[in-house]
Amino acid sequence: MTATVTGAADDVRTAVPAPVPARRRRRWRHRGAEAAWGYLLIAPTGLGLAVFYLWPVLQTGYFSFTEWGPFGGHEWVGLDNYRTLAADDEVLTSLRNTVAYTLLGLLGIPLAVLFAALLNRPRLRGVSAYRALFFLPVVTMPVAVAMVWRWLYNGDYGLINYLLSLVGVEGPHWIADPATALYALVAVGIWTSLGYNIVIFLAGMQAIPREYYEAAAIDGAGALAQFRRITLPLLSPSLFFVSVLSVIGSLQLFDLVYVMGGSGQSARANPAFPRIQTVVHLFYDKAFYTNDRGYAAAIVMALLVLIVTLTAIQFRLQKRWVHYG
Amino acid sequence: MADPARRGGRTATHVTLLVGAAVMVGPFLWQFLTSLKTLTNATRVPPTFVPDWRWSNYADVFELLPFGHQILNTVLMTAARTAGQLLFCSMAAYAFARLRFPGRGLLFGIFLSVLMVPPPLFVIPQYEIMADLGWLNSLTALIVPGLFSAFGVFLLRQFFLGLPKELDEAARLDGAGPLRIYWSVMLPLAKPGLLALGILTVLWSWNDLFWPLIVNTDPEQMTLSAGLASLQGQFQTDYPVLMAGSLLASLPVIVLFTVMQRHFIQGIAFSGNKG
Repeated sequence: MTATVTGAADDVRTAVPAPVPARRRRRWRHRGAEAAWGYLLIAPTGLGLAVFYLWPVLQTGYFSFTEWGPFGGHEWVGLDNYRTLAADDEVLTSLRNTVAYTLLGLLGIPLAVLFAALLNRPRLRGVSAYRALFFLPVVTMPVAVAMVWRWLYNGDYGLINYLLSLVGVEGPHWIADPATALYALVAVGIWTSLGYNIVIFLAGMQAIPREYYEAAAIDGAGALAQFRRITLPLLSPSLFFVSVLSVIGSLQLFDLVYVMGGSGQSARANPAFPRIQTVVHLFYDKAFYTNDRGYAAAIVMALLVLIVTLTAIQFRLQKRWVHYG
Repeated sequence: MADPARRGGRTATHVTLLVGAAVMVGPFLWQFLTSLKTLTNATRVPPTFVPDWRWSNYADVFELLPFGHQILNTVLMTAARTAGQLLFCSMAAYAFARLRFPGRGLLFGIFLSVLMVPPPLFVIPQYEIMADLGWLNSLTALIVPGLFSAFGVFLLRQFFLGLPKELDEAARLDGAGPLRIYWSVMLPLAKPGLLALGILTVLWSWNDLFWPLIVNTDPEQMTLSAGLASLQGQFQTDYPVLMAGSLLASLPVIVLFTVMQRHFIQGIAFSGNKG
């Protein structure tokens, strides 16, 4: 992309006949007019963000200290919601599930590194075809993805259990079984984001000069040593970036749980649901199914704290392992 | 470096990649095969791999859901959000990149702060606004909050900053005002950036679930995502029809991806690399 821009800019630069002397840069006659245009041009997005994003965040913070009546209206209850929340099994379970999902989801990173490393081998054929196939789940509607996996995971007629039966294993009811539901969901999450991570890592690897590897090979370093000493350190900014995104994304998991686990009545009927309910799903349930919006706001504030904490930890730890060239 | 060993390594690479690719594509193939089976054949044990070519499953989707309405809602929502973001974000991005005005840095910082907030934190008040304005269960509710994007402003600003300053200075000397420069000089040069933002907005809008699910509960006003998801609670699940529906719903973006693959991958990679 950067290449395209530079290209376009070069074309234009040669097309402009007389370059403006740097010293004599002229501004519009009226500075005030320039400023007015500035405010005018940022106004639509500025007002939109203020009304639909910035003010709502503050309101959500305020709502978390209120209780909502059954017929609308809300009253200040101080820290009540937070006190209830700290002792609420449903909240604690969903927090635990979300953290488990987030940590297990990080297992997708080494997998993506492996595939990116394979795709980065010199003179490999079909790289763009492979990349496109791996990328397919990234662009597919998450609801459709969840539907397909629900069908694959089906305990009675699912393809996965059929394939397992071929090697003599009797598969569980995956997403309806409390013992396997969370892992089944993690697998779909990793499957979905693998292509994205591969693209990021492949771009990172392609930026590493080949001479480094050639020099290492002359010094007698094998493929594995080259990978450990050259690829991993130079890829660390990408690794850091993907892990931060992965954590932030996983902590907000909703779509998969909603479609595969159910919601409202159907969620309550699913024995495995308590094992997969995430914080955002619980938030949705409280805010829009039981209409307990004050409590829901407190739940999502807790999520914000969790996201900020985990991201801050990652940024702190990066100093130990991320090398910026 | 012995040649046979090298060839062996190459074969192993391709085998691993092919296995990986099969795991990526397999579910979609199974979705397609199932979508063409009768319910009886889809629930056969062991499963059959030959479909019944029952294309009527695709027509049945339109009976199970107001699918035509939902397609239209999704198309209109996606088109409006994309057009709105391209216009509004590029305007703001140009101002932040090129015009001087008091408070510019502070305002840009405030815009950026929106990027750091997880979306669920916006949702309750946004819903209340929609309810107060009487916009629930309408196309307006699907579209309006999605017209504004801090991310889009950020992405395009980066783009404008990469364009040479001599351009707009030359245009200024020719007497062009900010609006002229934005429209006739900057926008045409920012096409790759606009394309990236356009692709991302189409992708995110089309696939969005959370917001449409909340504001539009009337099936005729739902998007494809929410409409399909509404089937998840039903006890009797006709999997072939479900597979046909989910395939139809995701197909437009998959086709777009196939046609514009390079732009898609670059755009999405770009979204992350700079974010």
